[in-house]
Amino acid sequence: MIIRGDEPEQIDLLKKLYPKGNYFMQGDEAIAYGAIFAGCRFYAGYPITPASEIAETMARELPKVRGYYIQMEDEIGSIAAIIGASWTGLKSMTATSGPGFSLMQENLGYAIMTETPIVVVDVQRSGPSTGQATKGAQGDFFQARWGTHGDHPIVAISPISVEDSFWETIRAFNISEKLRIPVVLLADGVIGHTREQIRIPDPEEVEIVYRKLPKNEEEAKYPFGDVDGSLIPPMPLFGHGYFTHVTGSTHKETGLRDVYTPEVHIKLVNRLHKKIEKHEKDIEKWEEYFTDDMEILVISWGVSARPSLGAVLKAREEGIKVGLFIPKTVHPFPGKKVKEFAKRVRAILVPEMNLGQLILEVQRYVNDDIILKGVNKIGGVPLTVEEILREIRGV
Amino acid sequence: MYLKLSYEIRDKYLRKDMLPTIFCPGCGIGSVLQYTLRAIDELGWSKDEVVWVSGIGCSSRVPGFVDFDGLHTTHGRALAFATGIKMARPDLKVIAFMGDGDTAAIGGNHFIHAIRRNLDVTVILINNFTYGMTGGQVAPTTLKGLRGTTAPYGSFENPFDIAELAVAAGANYVARWTVFNYLQGINSIKKALQKKGFSLVEFLSPCPISFGRRNRMKTAPELIKWYNKITVPISKAKKMSPEELEGKIIIGEFVDRDRPSLDEEYEEYKKRAKKMMGWE
Ligand SMILES: Cc1ncc(C[n+]2csc(CCOP(=O)(O)OP(=O)(O)O)c2C)c(N)n1
Ligand code: SF4
Ligand SMILES: [Mg+2]
Repeated sequence: MIIRGDEPEQIDLLKKLYPKGNYFMQGDEAIAYGAIFAGCRFYAGYPITPASEIAETMARELPKVRGYYIQMEDEIGSIAAIIGASWTGLKSMTATSGPGFSLMQENLGYAIMTETPIVVVDVQRSGPSTGQATKGAQGDFFQARWGTHGDHPIVAISPISVEDSFWETIRAFNISEKLRIPVVLLADGVIGHTREQIRIPDPEEVEIVYRKLPKNEEEAKYPFGDVDGSLIPPMPLFGHGYFTHVTGSTHKETGLRDVYTPEVHIKLVNRLHKKIEKHEKDIEKWEEYFTDDMEILVISWGVSARPSLGAVLKAREEGIKVGLFIPKTVHPFPGKKVKEFAKRVRAILVPEMNLGQLILEVQRYVNDDIILKGVNKIGGVPLTVEEILREIRGV
Repeated sequence: MYLKLSYEIRDKYLRKDMLPTIFCPGCGIGSVLQYTLRAIDELGWSKDEVVWVSGIGCSSRVPGFVDFDGLHTTHGRALAFATGIKMARPDLKVIAFMGDGDTAAIGGNHFIHAIRRNLDVTVILINNFTYGMTGGQVAPTTLKGLRGTTAPYGSFENPFDIAELAVAAGANYVARWTVFNYLQGINSIKKALQKKGFSLVEFLSPCPISFGRRNRMKTAPELIKWYNKITVPISKAKKMSPEELEGKIIIGEFVDRDRPSLDEEYEEYKKRAKKMMGWE
């Protein structure tokens, strides 16, 4: 676990530094500790509210676990540095908020095209622009999906509490390593700055995935080829004598550039998409409550999921047949699941801290004959149980 | 000095399936690449201890031609990517092959900060005074009055002197030559490669197609003549007045010093942290 090859030593180190038990911490800190338990040993970042606590925690903790921390000159440099570190084999992460996430988009695309495992945390804050810099929001749902240019797949995960932030960060790393794809952790400023109790586990309790390395010289010749039918190429690391060329330009399976042959581009970009589809089961994750007999469905995510659950519980007490669906992996969006649900309910409500983003994904899987309604709130204050309950009662 | 034949260098270090290169006739990039490979060869470095990085541009295409580990990244960002590689694997030697636009315009911030940190990389800079790859637009290095497609009446901006900028930002080794100073060039690259900390070897490099053509210097020989006219060796420049140096470009070795590099500083930092906090 942790640094490949260094496992027993690292496990002892983690046990000594972070003995298992209950801790009281912020969502941002939970993300940082999750990263450390997932094996992240390289962090580059640039300060920004409400994500700075992640950088601060990493700066303090990484030197203790033989990791590397660097504060870069901007967010473009931050994501670039973690991609560079990832090609040497270190699990790497950066964290930012809206303005910085905007700056990262070009290199996020580079990581997708070069199949570089990295985790990019966006602690969403209220925008557009510098908006309400210190307030949380859920306005980057589509920026995470379509922020970088061109046809591309992406995986984005959104945690719903402080403890969840710890575990979902680990899951983000595991997916990223397994699929050789950047994973976006769509956190938010509300959870990021909320302090609550979380249980830190023994490192042995944490399942950790490492990227696949080439088994031999032959496999290493195809760092961007489907050598074993999984659609995920093994990743030859720098400094091992494989002479791997990595480029964001269209490349052949060998990694060498070929931007003129349409088939090369078609094959590459299709494989990037298909590898996500093929491994959908490893990526998807959601929570559902009372969906068996529901007549109304609430679909919510991230920070809005918790008041949604509160509202659903209260509504159930009042005898309203309402269920709740919380996608944790928000991209790719679990559309099939929503489609199934939509056949069994008369109304769907979508609470979120924006003017309606996830609801647009839901809409694609729902027929006109049912009620689909957003429960939206902006201004930096999270939705309350009461606000959502009122909508459930009224629908 | 015995110089190996070009084809020996080519066969030893280039990817055959990527040849011929994309460089236009008369372009200087191929020569500078050859100097760099000769320097590596003369130092007897093994290929698996070197990583090449680059951004986007004609110059930045070099990592695609050499048979080494290489990261061909986004425009201007090579040194930021290199920061991650070098911190995570301080034992690897990193060469960044960069264009003048890449370095001084879009990547200017990464450039000065990589130098400020004294990142242990060697930058080989192709200064062709223009954006070659995109067809000859004006660059932050274009001298006043020279033309580009986006400065059809001659540039009206002040140019950057990248070598001076690197010296001011704190680089350990900085030299500038024209492509035609090949012995000095190879020697400087050798020094730069061996230098711990940030090193830069800048080459004034002909781009007859995108730059020369628009400035009445259609061929490489015309560009050589022009280089001869505008360059002044550093020893001579020291004796010249600012007025005399107006419009001239100084060539030679600008600085050679040994400040601690980023990876060395980071190791010290970790030791200090251990001591302060009493870990282990
Ligand atoms: C973000 C971004 N902006 C613009 C470009 C277009 N572009 C490609 S190469 C280049 C300029 C290259 O000039 P230079 O760095 O001097 O390299 P040269 O081609 O002259 O060697 C530009 C502007 C790009 N690839 N990416
Ligand atoms: S455009 Fe200029 S720099 Fe680019 S290959 Fe041609 S001559 Fe060289
Ligand atoms: Mg140029």
